[in-house]
Amino acid sequence: MIGGLFIYNHKGEVLISRVYRDDIGRNAVDAFRVNVIHARQQVRSPVTNIARTSFFHVKRSNIWLAAVTKQNVNAAMVFEFLYKMCDVMAAYFGKVSEENIKNNFVLIYELLDEILDFGYPQNSETGALKTFITQQGIKGQFQTKEEQSQITSQVTGQIGWRREGIKYRRNELFLDVLESVNLLMSPQGQVLSAHVSGRVVMKSYLSGMPECKFGMNDKIVIDKAGKGGVTDEVGKSDLGGGGSTSGKQSIAIDDCTFNQCVRLSKFDSERSISFIPPDGEYELMRYRTTKDIILPFRVIPLVREVGRTKLEVKVVIKSNFKPSLLAQKIEVRIPTPLNTSGVQVICMKGKAKYKASENAIVWKIKRMAGMKESQISAEIELLPTNDKKKWARPPISMNFEVPFAPSGLKVRYLKVFESKLNYSDHDVVKWVRYIGRSGIYETRC
Amino acid sequence: MLSVMFRFHVCAGEIFELKAELNSDKKEKKKEAVKKVIASMTVGKDVSALFPDVVNCMQTDNLELKKLVYLYLMNYAKSQPDMAIMAVNTFVKDCEDPNPLIRALAVRTMGCIRVDKITEYLCEPLRKCLKDEDPYVRKTAAVCVAKLHDINAQLVEDQGFLDTLKDLISDSNPMVVANAVAALSEIAESHPNSNLLDLNPQSINKLLTALNECTEWGQIFILDCLANYTPRDDRESQSICERVTPRLSHANSAVVLSAVKVLMKFMEMLPKDLDYYGTLLKKLAPPLVTLLSAEPELQYVALRNINLIVQKRPEILKHEMKVFFVKYNDPIYVKLEKLDIMIRLASQANIAQVLAELKEYATEVDVDFVRKAVRAIGRCAIKVEQSAERCVSTLLDLIQTKVNYVVQEAIVVIKDIFRKYPNKYESVIATLCENLDSLDEPEARAAMIWIVGEYAERIDNADELLESFLEGFHDESTQVQLQLLTAIVKLFLKKPTETQELVQQVLSLATQDSDNPDLRDRGYIYWRLLSTDPVAAKEVVLAEKPLISEETDLIEPTLLEELICHIGTLASVYHKPPSAFVEGSRGVMHKRLPAQGTESPDVGNVAGGSAPEAAPSIIPSQGDLLGDLLNLDLAPPTTTGPPPPTSGMQMGGMDLLGGGLDSLTFLLWYPQVWLPAMKAKGLEISGTFARRAGVIQMELVLTNKAMSVMTDFAIQFNRNSFGLAPAGPLQVLTPLGPNQTIEVSLPLSTVGPVMKMDPLNNLQVAVKNNIDVFYFSCQYPISMLFVEDGKMERQVFLATWKDIPNDNESQFQIQDCHLNSDAASNKLQGSNIFTIAKRTVEGQDMLYMAIKLSNGIWVLAELKMQAGNPNYTVSLGTRRDGEQHY
Repeated sequence: MIGGLFIYNHKGEVLISRVYRDDIGRNAVDAFRVNVIHARQQVRSPVTNIARTSFFHVKRSNIWLAAVTKQNVNAAMVFEFLYKMCDVMAAYFGKVSEENIKNNFVLIYELLDEILDFGYPQNSETGALKTFITQQGIKGQFQTKEEQSQITSQVTGQIGWRREGIKYRRNELFLDVLESVNLLMSPQGQVLSAHVSGRVVMKSYLSGMPECKFGMNDKIVIDKAGKGGVTDEVGKSDLGGGGSTSGKQSIAIDDCTFNQCVRLSKFDSERSISFIPPDGEYELMRYRTTKDIILPFRVIPLVREVGRTKLEVKVVIKSNFKPSLLAQKIEVRIPTPLNTSGVQVICMKGKAKYKASENAIVWKIKRMAGMKESQISAEIELLPTNDKKKWARPPISMNFEVPFAPSGLKVRYLKVFESKLNYSDHDVVKWVRYIGRSGIYETRC
Repeated sequence: MLSVMFRFHVCAGEIFELKAELNSDKKEKKKEAVKKVIASMTVGKDVSALFPDVVNCMQTDNLELKKLVYLYLMNYAKSQPDMAIMAVNTFVKDCEDPNPLIRALAVRTMGCIRVDKITEYLCEPLRKCLKDEDPYVRKTAAVCVAKLHDINAQLVEDQGFLDTLKDLISDSNPMVVANAVAALSEIAESHPNSNLLDLNPQSINKLLTALNECTEWGQIFILDCLANYTPRDDRESQSICERVTPRLSHANSAVVLSAVKVLMKFMEMLPKDLDYYGTLLKKLAPPLVTLLSAEPELQYVALRNINLIVQKRPEILKHEMKVFFVKYNDPIYVKLEKLDIMIRLASQANIAQVLAELKEYATEVDVDFVRKAVRAIGRCAIKVEQSAERCVSTLLDLIQTKVNYVVQEAIVVIKDIFRKYPNKYESVIATLCENLDSLDEPEARAAMIWIVGEYAERIDNADELLESFLEGFHDESTQVQLQLLTAIVKLFLKKPTETQELVQQVLSLATQDSDNPDLRDRGYIYWRLLSTDPVAAKEVVLAEKPLISEETDLIEPTLLEELICHIGTLASVYHKPPSAFVEGSRGVMHKRLPAQGTESPDVGNVAGGSAPEAAPSIIPSQGDLLGDLLNLDLAPPTTTGPPPPTSGMQMGGMDLLGGGLDSLTFLLWYPQVWLPAMKAKGLEISGTFARRAGVIQMELVLTNKAMSVMTDFAIQFNRNSFGLAPAGPLQVLTPLGPNQTIEVSLPLSTVGPVMKMDPLNNLQVAVKNNIDVFYFSCQYPISMLFVEDGKMERQVFLATWKDIPNDNESQFQIQDCHLNSDAASNKLQGSNIFTIAKRTVEGQDMLYMAIKLSNGIWVLAELKMQAGNPNYTVSLGTRRDGEQHY
């Protein structure tokens, strides 16, 4: 199990050091600093073994978090824990920065004591932690016996992520389908790989202990329903909005993972997503699709080397979605060689600039409707070099945001049942939004 | 910044100030002072002088202050044990507090204080807390048992905490169950035979129920524990798999990987024609692919594991090649791992795509990555025959780029392609020869020379080319020298007329002017061959070479099986068994996959051969050797009484029965320094020997304590008693920088030349690097030579035992061994000493054991034990099978 946990700043100074196991000595703190932080080279592995001691590290901006062990621990668990640790810290005091850590070090020690016992991760849901680890620290004294046992049963209980007795005057639900579409395309326009990784993020402000049921146009469910002759109220629901794409009825989801509130065994057997939601914002599920993805943009590059000191680049982008929809925050990044001396750019739309520090031409377009096309051409002057090594020609990358889900996913329903309190599914105000963003959207040139 | 580089002491003034503040009446001031103390402690300042003052603040109703004081206590209690006692009262009182949070805090902290006296006081509160009405206290107490066990294992057993912990597995609260499982699993690791967890269908059922209800971390503990269970039959296996598969959809990657581990293991037991088997295979792929969209560090862990899974069950991911394509922004560690998996998945169906990708990668920036990509192209050529031609032309394209390291790497792989497809791609040789001058790395030079020598008859100016290398012969690395020697001899045999002078020159360089024994030996052999029988020389040197195998880099199957049982853990990241990086006996239990259709979980590590096979005799002077084995190592030559336990082997014998073998490990001796840095120009070598999965391993730790970089490591053994010889070259691939340490394990074979050594288990080793050649000698434990199939049938044993002449028998005693006969026999079996029979005569347990040495010699032993008497009497005898010498 985890033997110790250290947090360093970018210089390698220790900000937090908590040792859980006797086999981890103080010298471990120094070993990591000297061998990893001060090594001043690209990290070749997130797991380092120094003198039979293993170090796992993650970096958040310029803060290093390192977990140390001498045993054969579950490596995936250690990294998951380190991420969780960052989330918990962020939930308590915002950005994980040197200043925030220094200002909150007592709190961090308190948290570390609670969420890691003898190196075993314990309940680390912020919702639960916040009920008894507070920055005031004295809450313990004013609690009644009932409150205390309520806390402990929540921390250890089956529904560790939600406390009882939550009340809202207006029961509201916000549901965001956030997708990032990833593409790697060859210069000839052949799709080398494409996938959508999506997340369903919810903000729920519901009273009591509501039971929720979430449905989407999952191919397996739809097909099953179709066979059984059961017609769902698709389309009648007020959630069917966002419809941007053609009449695609259902989508094939390659794989999905769920927040721990979702009953996995039920999903496995009936493929229904039911859960008691945490309060506030959380990520309900993640999914991945690879079939029939709508690629919102197509990039057509043309690079021509004119002699040894000049490059001509022409890039065309085409938007590929309903003309009534608008894509936003479009940015095309065209890499330039290191020995670029000057660039002339002409673009039809938006603004383009050569950024010498980033070795790229950055072309920005604020808005662009569907089924349009735009073009940029640039002349790149090069300094003559005797460097034998050829320019690696990094791919042209793109950023954008579109108001639909490139996977074609649609929310069919989200039902809320709370049997003890007297509000029904109809009383809950529900909002659904679809946002598709570019992930790594690259075209080789 | 300097302040943290050195652990420095707080000046007296600061301590004094803090002391005053700690004793202040104002609560706020006190708290601030304790905070300052903790802050100093964090950066490594020594604030232990404040111990009494801080402990005085413990009696407070302020929970935050209390926690801070506890934190301080955990850090310094060990250095001030007497003072720490002052805290006991508060702890005991807090364990009775009406607030469950305080009770849990007290029991949690108390377990972290490693002071014997405190541990005694801990027992009563802990017992109460384990039965507390509040689940939060119980789950904390469960972990506390593991803490206490780490400090004083005996105490935990005596106090019966283990039983209470076992009861908690049936607790109503899932988190208590999870923590109890975690604690028990860890404790069980240090008692491999205790059957602590006592997994049976009922308890498994309880765990599976808790699995649905507990936190993500708890699910990991439970799944990792389930992975140690061996179902009774395929039905049970299937039903567990069915209940574990929903976990594959969990958001936590560690839960997913642990579930994959359970499924991969239990799948072994399912019949392949079962529908469910196919379904399960299909279900495994998507979650594995999803892991690749996690954060990069987790991707790395996932990729290392996928690498294993792909080797074990290639069918799972064979259609998922595309997801392993490298992204431009992937961290380098992710890129390198993806590349590895791409090669493993390469097949005729997808080779075109793979090659296009690899070509793309070969133009990237990172040198390591580019090299690996080029090498990958070569491996594709060897793996997928249909693609060989395309690979070769891709490589030629890359050579045209003239990027130095790309060219060198390409030449190295082209050599391998020639070895796989001889006489097929010679047309490229001309292009290769153009790049001769740019080769500066030994491996590339050696490869090029090999190609020239191998195809000398088709290269018109082969003699000129090789001659050009000869000029700087002594500056070349051994690898190149050896290759050059062979290449020129090949050339001579092919074109004898015009190359006579050249061959003479190289032979004299190799034999007369070189200090390297390898080179000299090879030179002399060629010389002799050429001068006595040129026809034979031709047959030997130009013999048809075996084609190289398709996959040379696959993990050895037994290791792979073990690593599959460790999916998700560090072992699977390092691709090493836990014993290679975990100290002591903890966690080095060897795990194996269950076999299909086994009725009982007892698939011990006894290898098949129950009947003794006539051992082949390979040792010439075995009579002497036999005498030596008995006299030198097992008993002093003259006396018949109990010998003093001084000789090396004697210690080894003790070790076998003693604490060192608490678990079924084959790790035999702790590392010793064999070659101190002072004697070897800064190179320090320490090491140990081990027997793992039937292979003898020499574990070397090389440390560079000099200022300059060391490269070109090689190793050789002198002839020795058991014919030990390195089974492969010393795998030190990267240069060893100053102050760097590298661990290498060198597999040994026992088919090398034999010479009797004194003492018998002495081994003389020569290690060479770019600086010099160094010699040292070390001794290996005889027990590592005990082979796995050393089990004999009773009758054979009896007959053999009778056949042993009295002269060949000896007796000695082992003292102070507190084990009963079963435990002893279990432990010995772990070292391949097999108990053939056991009987009890007049209160004495007699164990009859057999050992088979790697050279085929049997050693039989009788172990006499008397209950209550810690001294054992061992009688040993041996007889050569097949031949009767006496």
